[in-house]
Amino acid sequence: MSVNIQIENISKKYADIIALNNISLSIKSGELFGCIGPDGAGKTSLFRILTSLILPTSGTACIGEYDVVKDYKKIRQNTGYMPGRFSLYLDLTVEENLDFYASIFNTSVKENYALIKDIYVQIEPFKKRRAGDLSGGMKQKLALSCALIHSPQLIILDEPTTGVDAVSRMEFWELLKKMQKMGMTIIVSTPYMDEAALCDRVALMQNGNLLAINTPEKIVSSYKGNLFSVSADNMHKLLGDLENLKNTSQVFRFGETIHITSTISDDDAYKKSVKKHLDETRYKNIVINRVNPVIEDCFLALMDKDVE
Amino acid sequence: MLNREKIIEVKDLVKKFGDFTANDNLTFDVFKGEIFGFLGANGAGKTTAIRILCGLSAPTSGKALIAGFDVGKYPNKVKSNIGYMSQKFSLYNDMTVKENFRFYGGIYGLNRKEIITKTRYFLEKLNMEKTRDVVLSEIPLGWKQKLAFSVANIHDPKVVFLDEPTGGVDPITRRQFWEMIYETADEGTTVFVTTHYMDEAEYCDRVSIMSEGKIEALDTPSKLKSNYGVKTMNDVFIKIAR
Repeated sequence: MSVNIQIENISKKYADIIALNNISLSIKSGELFGCIGPDGAGKTSLFRILTSLILPTSGTACIGEYDVVKDYKKIRQNTGYMPGRFSLYLDLTVEENLDFYASIFNTSVKENYALIKDIYVQIEPFKKRRAGDLSGGMKQKLALSCALIHSPQLIILDEPTTGVDAVSRMEFWELLKKMQKMGMTIIVSTPYMDEAALCDRVALMQNGNLLAINTPEKIVSSYKGNLFSVSADNMHKLLGDLENLKNTSQVFRFGETIHITSTISDDDAYKKSVKKHLDETRYKNIVINRVNPVIEDCFLALMDKDVE
Repeated sequence: MLNREKIIEVKDLVKKFGDFTANDNLTFDVFKGEIFGFLGANGAGKTTAIRILCGLSAPTSGKALIAGFDVGKYPNKVKSNIGYMSQKFSLYNDMTVKENFRFYGGIYGLNRKEIITKTRYFLEKLNMEKTRDVVLSEIPLGWKQKLAFSVANIHDPKVVFLDEPTGGVDPITRRQFWEMIYETADEGTTVFVTTHYMDEAEYCDRVSIMSEGKIEALDTPSKLKSNYGVKTMNDVFIKIAR
């Protein structure tokens, strides 16, 4: 089955809150597609519409030939969903949860074991343990195993790495890449901007709207202005002193440096003026470098514009 | 630079659950006004340690002093000297903003007048006066986190514990939250923070990284990076935790 996904003019309202505001997008079969955005962006509502768990207020969405409203039974047979909140049975063991989900879909763990093997071996030593007693990382692996057990062609993962440490996040993304190679279409949401770079294409979402949709490379290359990183001896105070710089559109803390965006094309002149300003404000060890933007820079810029 | 008054003193701290050693001989100090990042993989023992430092769980052996009070002997003294917030537990969703301030102020032993003054002070500072009578469930997550941080500071604690305060929050709000942390630390409150965002590790004065119950590294972000010969805190973390 082809799982090209067509989303057309989807809106979702809860009383007077607009969770999704007229969203249209298409996702290709076999794509690893990322929905990037903060809490409240509308990612979960979109995912719940695609998995037929809620109805859109208006608009249509099709997965392959199936409409998410009319053909919801077909949709559910072919879609795996890992919700943001852990929602397996806490009082069933690891093994029992997996058996249960397999039997719901008229299959068995044995039949599809190859599919989940890589993930499941990591939690198999604890198969007699109740799901409620698992650590966060193990719960996440069990939830993914259960979402995959009926061999779906499309898998939708809602913030699978929120609250997960940097190492486990990296391993999780290696898993996703592997699943994609096996032919699955994957839609995943995350609040971590660095994970966006690992997707084929990403949609940046904010307050129910699509801010941008493109490949990570194209999003980065469409950044407006020239980006610089600045550091000095007093990083606590530096931000405030950079905020009123001339010819500067964006000032954000960025790890060990502060990122500022120049609105003029002459990089040397800009660097000189920043240096002069900081010298006058008596900073020491001033380092100013031209740097390439990453997804987070783009998102910050787009969000800033959206607020204005 | 930092005033060297010790606010947290931990020596040979051990916590066992049956055969399992969750905290294996932790020793470290945290100073007044310091922003201390407490990092580690899921399951490394961070939550266990924080529970002990907050007076919620007694150590199996070893010592931990908060603002001079032994957590095992004087857990209630410890509790009145600390503030706490986490992403999972912060404020009550079915109470208004004002009611949350009043409730927590009362728990921390402030009188009516102090609570009114503090509520006004924080809401003004956050530019959120208009939300005073709004039920919390109707407020966006980012705002809630800022409110929760203020509420955790309502009784002027010596140290405030922040357990993944920015999980799932948008990148602009995350940065605004860190400006609040800087401000609080500059006023002399010690900030003890856990996070999975490695750029936030760079914002801390010092960072400790736990792995399998032990503190494997503790230093300033720049020293950690040069010690491990890498460019980012993310790489330091991966080297230690993997």
